[in-house]
Amino acid sequence: MSDVVEKTLTALPGLFESQTGAAKITNRLRQLIKSITELTSKHEEENLIKRELSAIKEQVSSPNTTMKQMREIMVRAMYCEMLGYDASFTYIHAIKLAQQGGVLEKRVGYLAVSLFLNEGHELLLLLVNTVLKDLQSTNLIEVCMALTVVAQVFPKDMIPAVLPLVEDKLSHPKEIIRRKAVLALYKFYLIAPNQVQHIHAKFCKALSDKDPGVMASSLHIYLQLIRESPDSYKDLTGSFVTILKQVLGGKLPVDFNYHSVPAPWLQIQLLRILSLLGKEDQSTSELMYEVLDESLRRAEMNHNITYAILYECVKAVYTIHPKAELLEKAARCIGNFVLSPKINLKYLGLKALTYVVQHDAKLALQHQMTIIECLDHSDFTIKRETLELLFRITNAQNVTVIVEKMLDFLCYVPIKTLTFAPDNSWFIQTMNDVFSIGGDLLQQDDPNNFLRLLAEGKPEEDDQLRLYAVESYLTVLKGHTSHLPQCFLQVMSWVLGEYAHLQESVDRREVIRLLTQLLDQRSVSSETRVWILSALTKIPEGQTDLILDLAESLSSSQDTVLRQQAQELRHLSQDSQLREWVLVENSCAVDSSLSFLDGFVSEALAAGAAPYKPPHQRQEELSLNLEPYSFSLPVSLSSCSITDRQSPTLLSVSSGLSGNSAELSTLILEGVKRVWGKDGYLPQKEATAPPVDEPSAAVQPASQQEAAERIEPRPEPSTQNQDKQQLASSLFVGLGVGSSVSLVRKLFYDGFTASLRGNVMDCLEARSTSVCHYALLMDDPHTNVSLTGTVSYQTQPGHTNTLPFSGTLSTADFIRPLVVTTEEYGKLWLSLSHDVKQNLKLLTDAGDPLRTTLNALKDALQLHVVDIIGSEGIVACRLLSGAPCLLHCRVNGAALAMWLRSPHPALPDFILYHCQRALAHH
Amino acid sequence: MIKAILIFNNHGKPRLSKFYEHYTEDTEQQIIRETFHLVSKRDENVCNFLEGGLLIGGSENKLIYRHYATLYFVFCVDSSESELGILDLIQVFVETLDKCFENVCELDLIFHMDKVHNILAEMVMGGMVLETNMSEIITQAEAHNKMEKSEAGIAGAPARAVSAVKNMNLPEMPKNINIGDISIKVPNLPSFK
Repeated sequence: MSDVVEKTLTALPGLFESQTGAAKITNRLRQLIKSITELTSKHEEENLIKRELSAIKEQVSSPNTTMKQMREIMVRAMYCEMLGYDASFTYIHAIKLAQQGGVLEKRVGYLAVSLFLNEGHELLLLLVNTVLKDLQSTNLIEVCMALTVVAQVFPKDMIPAVLPLVEDKLSHPKEIIRRKAVLALYKFYLIAPNQVQHIHAKFCKALSDKDPGVMASSLHIYLQLIRESPDSYKDLTGSFVTILKQVLGGKLPVDFNYHSVPAPWLQIQLLRILSLLGKEDQSTSELMYEVLDESLRRAEMNHNITYAILYECVKAVYTIHPKAELLEKAARCIGNFVLSPKINLKYLGLKALTYVVQHDAKLALQHQMTIIECLDHSDFTIKRETLELLFRITNAQNVTVIVEKMLDFLCYVPIKTLTFAPDNSWFIQTMNDVFSIGGDLLQQDDPNNFLRLLAEGKPEEDDQLRLYAVESYLTVLKGHTSHLPQCFLQVMSWVLGEYAHLQESVDRREVIRLLTQLLDQRSVSSETRVWILSALTKIPEGQTDLILDLAESLSSSQDTVLRQQAQELRHLSQDSQLREWVLVENSCAVDSSLSFLDGFVSEALAAGAAPYKPPHQRQEELSLNLEPYSFSLPVSLSSCSITDRQSPTLLSVSSGLSGNSAELSTLILEGVKRVWGKDGYLPQKEATAPPVDEPSAAVQPASQQEAAERIEPRPEPSTQNQDKQQLASSLFVGLGVGSSVSLVRKLFYDGFTASLRGNVMDCLEARSTSVCHYALLMDDPHTNVSLTGTVSYQTQPGHTNTLPFSGTLSTADFIRPLVVTTEEYGKLWLSLSHDVKQNLKLLTDAGDPLRTTLNALKDALQLHVVDIIGSEGIVACRLLSGAPCLLHCRVNGAALAMWLRSPHPALPDFILYHCQRALAHH
Repeated sequence: MIKAILIFNNHGKPRLSKFYEHYTEDTEQQIIRETFHLVSKRDENVCNFLEGGLLIGGSENKLIYRHYATLYFVFCVDSSESELGILDLIQVFVETLDKCFENVCELDLIFHMDKVHNILAEMVMGGMVLETNMSEIITQAEAHNKMEKSEAGIAGAPARAVSAVKNMNLPEMPKNINIGDISIKVPNLPSFK
């Protein structure tokens, strides 16, 4: 290609002889490109571009440069940026060009801005006025450009400024403008959902727009809205079905045809919407059977795009409430895909199969041979998809073959398949392979699941497995260890710490030596070091000298966690009584009354904390769905009441919900850390400290790895304090629990994993009840967060019951009043950077409207009204243990002008959203 | 949503890059390199989809690409897009370029970067597919071009010169991007009203 460019460029000068002025600058772009193509090394390119950039710099700052020349310069700057060189000095000129140039210059200016700047760039503020002006321009092209730039890069805080103008454009006579306005609003919805809350009605109008293009773009919004809450849009099903029918019936202008298929992209969107609406809803599904059937029938022509429609259609048929006749047709379609000689279609066929085998595993059987062929296909993508499919059809008979295939591929072995393992040695060996090859690429869950598998087994049966693991790990550790991935090291140290004692023949000094050796390696991460130290803590006494040496060497470590652990290690090894008390070998004993917390509870009560209310009493005030949890109550009570402290009954509780006794009227939820292991309670130093003190590493919910780091068996309660126990049992009524309890916790937050964090506040148990408290914090606000978890318990050994529960929390649940004085408020106000302004509804039903409105907000959202002076009021709140948010409210005619500020960029939006809702519901 | 649209040639030289999500400049360059690396080593007879590189979000995202003569057109999309739909969108994009530049070739993309971006903006806006109808895209793009032509004069000369060069008889030169894709034939444009 460089040949071609060169030839062209040598031919060019002859054609350009008569050029002057602007054209010469155009020539510079050519020269630039020409010189670049002649270069042989990256180094030369760098030098050339540097020269070019300094030339550009000179030109942009020269007062003689005309707008037209500037346009060319900008294109050159874009070219340099595309190649990866910094031309940031031209940014401001791009904005100037958009501000001052004619239509052509403006276009280049806007283009440069959207390529150079991102949403958060401060220079964008300079563009706001230009955009406002252009949105009001009578020149359609200018309006189009402004809308495009608004949808591409626009500072979130400035959305309210342009919103009314963009909204107006929804009723613009020109279709293209309406279409772009719809997409711009969709973009606004994605970045600041509350800002466009009020224009839902207008979206509806866009959906019924007479121009199909506008309708098509509004589907973007609806797809998103329906994905978020399908139930709110069920009534639109009829409309979507009608639209699809019309499209299929060829009612659209022939312009919309693509390869004589009517509006294929529109059909794809509609099918997706329908499948979301019809999911698990029979009556809605019934509305769409006919049109889906029609769609399957029509899409028989042999073109890529019809297959795209067909694929969506098949997916929809399998997603909605099933209808035998349609399923049959869809299955035939899948056959067409899978058997197609076209590789793209084969890929989609496999993808569709992967999706449908969940409903009907037999379908995969029909295509066995094709699947086997695909497994050895030269295309990586096809292979990958085939393995995904195999994973879904794994069973006890085919597991060895499938896993072998998976290992061959890239060690992509979901641990789940291995529960079908034929024998111990195969299992451990395979897992070793998985960990050492896949290593840190594995999902977080995999090592955790593996450890749980080891830990959960019954002592007699699974000791064999554990023994094998210990042996094989010792062998691994004796070899080269520096290349082993961190997660494998962690798994090994946990297993050795936990089960090394099972193997009589193993010299404990040897185990300690091997583990200590790991600590000396530079490649070992500090997280892994913590695991190793925990393991060393657990290895039984008798090797004091080695341990003391180790503790000594670590006591000067830079890592505070390590230092602390080293201290603990030293204490434990010196004080054998303490050690015996803390580390009971093979103990499954659990302090089921949680008497160790009694002191904390009574202290808190004395300090005025509200007494604990069991979940079922709090249900309403928290608006949490605890049904599955409460449901378990009678079951477990009845089954556990017959057990006593010495009974072998095993009960494992994975999670409970409750409020914090110290802050009951408000909500604290959900623990994340596992503090219960096979061997009992794993005390955390700060068991009674507030959750905020926990390192933010706790963002990984259910991180058992975290928990396993801290595995330290806990003593049987030495004395049972009757009084305290009584207090506890009268305070905590909850899930029935036998005496010996093993807890495994599985709790995760759907969707927004990283936005919440929390940990166990405390666990209290009485004879037949057990209550676990979790404190939950929201680090990153979201409108709604759903959380799910499971409680699993055993009423008879070996028979585990699992109860799932779920709930939805909104930001409002995490808002707390922030009590400040007016002066403090003033100071804080000035120090906060992110602000949002919006007009809200003013409640005018009684007395002073401002006061009424603020009180309503206060009641609904737990805000603190700092002061009300005349027609202005100031209000403060904060996220629970998180960022504050200040609200400044002013009566403005019939509306309440609200100005919110917070150090957290997204918080004001969410608080505003909840204020709007609170006022709307008032 | 479409996360990025990249065009580079067989040697990995970027010819157009448009990101709909914010990445730092360094990351953008790395993404281009990574994507080129992933795409260029694929044979001609494999499928047009593959998992995105780590930098652009790993398996969450898909790369959907087409290879025409000297150029790779790569769309990086998230799981909410239809693979075949995007594949044909690329075809629409290329056919549109072909109409606008009259036998588009790599040179056009280099010399008319701004114009290509503008055409793209009529198809994809802020990561969402705005328009898939080729005639409509061309109408919009032409509206802009008319202004440019009205400016006329010397500034228009280079464009004409390039097209003159393109039509010269250079045997080695891949005259246009090979539109005659495996199964797709260029449709007849419906007449504008």
